[in-house]
Amino acid sequence: MEIQHIKHLLKKDILIEWRHKYAFNSAILYVIATVFISYLVFSNSIDALTWTALFWIIIVFATINTVSHSFSLESKNRYFYYYTISAPENVIIGKILYNNLLMLLLTLLTYLIFSLFFGSFIMHTFLFLVVLILGSFGLSSLLTMTTAIAWKAGSSFSLTAVLGFPLTLPLLIVLIRLTNITVAVDISTEILKLFLTLLLIDVIIIVLAYILFPYIWKD
Amino acid sequence: MERLKNNWWKFLGALLVIYSVIAGLIIEVPQLPIIEQTIRNVFFHVPMWFAMIFIFLLSVVYSIKYLSDSVLKNDIMAIEAVNVGLLFGSLGLITGMAWARFTWGAFWVNDPKLNGAAVSMLAYFAYVVLRSSVPDKHKKARLAAVYNIFAFVLLLVFIGILPRIADGSLHPGSGGDSPFAVAKMHGHMYLIFWPAVIGWILVGIWLLKLRIELRKDNFNN
Repeated sequence: MEIQHIKHLLKKDILIEWRHKYAFNSAILYVIATVFISYLVFSNSIDALTWTALFWIIIVFATINTVSHSFSLESKNRYFYYYTISAPENVIIGKILYNNLLMLLLTLLTYLIFSLFFGSFIMHTFLFLVVLILGSFGLSSLLTMTTAIAWKAGSSFSLTAVLGFPLTLPLLIVLIRLTNITVAVDISTEILKLFLTLLLIDVIIIVLAYILFPYIWKD
Repeated sequence: MERLKNNWWKFLGALLVIYSVIAGLIIEVPQLPIIEQTIRNVFFHVPMWFAMIFIFLLSVVYSIKYLSDSVLKNDIMAIEAVNVGLLFGSLGLITGMAWARFTWGAFWVNDPKLNGAAVSMLAYFAYVVLRSSVPDKHKKARLAAVYNIFAFVLLLVFIGILPRIADGSLHPGSGGDSPFAVAKMHGHMYLIFWPAVIGWILVGIWLLKLRIELRKDNFNN
């Protein structure tokens, strides 16, 4: 793992996105549209529990939608080029970092848009932001990995969702329960256990991606 | 005699399963409210999950083996193990749903263990879908092996850790009790339960071997 390589790969991804603004703009539109639809359906009957559930469902779908394009934006020939100049570990770490940045931005924006329509039920904002950051980190890393598998299998979007959904569930359950704690007035004692589990899942995803990606990378 | 020497474990597996079915239906069981006679299902439902986890573990071992040596035989072992594991999983779901209907009142309830079972099944069906989407044999094997390992480790977290921090499960054994203390498994019930577990695992391996042999025949013709 070379920091210099990762830096360049990350910069390359950001530049591509900056020039096309494809992933980000489509993701923002996607989020606004889904939030608005949920607003039309739920506006009269929303409570804290529905709020958290809706919020995370929208985040998961937005993440799948955004991350699933992350490999197919560049041509296959260019990946041959990367193959010759850098190690697979650098490629996956670079991709994961890039997707994390993108999704972090998108998740925060989703929170803003969501609060705009529904109001916010969050009582402990700082705690919620930590959950948000760790959550979007885990989700985007996990989906980067399943996207890589689906991309190599030749079919991008639907396969990413099929492969990713069952595996996001453990993460999602922990996230929803943590968010339910941040909407309550008193902080439950369970929070430490849940945070540790969330961290553990994040670390496991990163380690597995780092170890397993080289096997996907070679053709 | 030579044959008996190599295949003794198949006989053992079959015998243990037959023993557990017969003995499981005729022995005396503790009379508990609500559960009553359905407690006998513990000899059929629970061993299915033990067998499924064991067979999936076997599949992951062969996936790791494939990634390290690229021998297609290991990949065939991995996929057939998943197929057998899915069979046990389905049987576990069916026996569990029947049991849930008569004790908890519904075929499906919101329970961490049920969620874990459902998610494992979904992940392994996704594994099968992934395989069918790649035509090239070695590429298929490599991608499937990676997904298998990735999924198995995350499922371990899901099945192993989440139920412990959940609000509580309807299943016995949550909240710090030893799994069978609440079910009040009496001493003589273990004499059927563990043989049933070992028996079903052996039958599972037998099934796996048969499926592999069927594949070999298809290759040769």
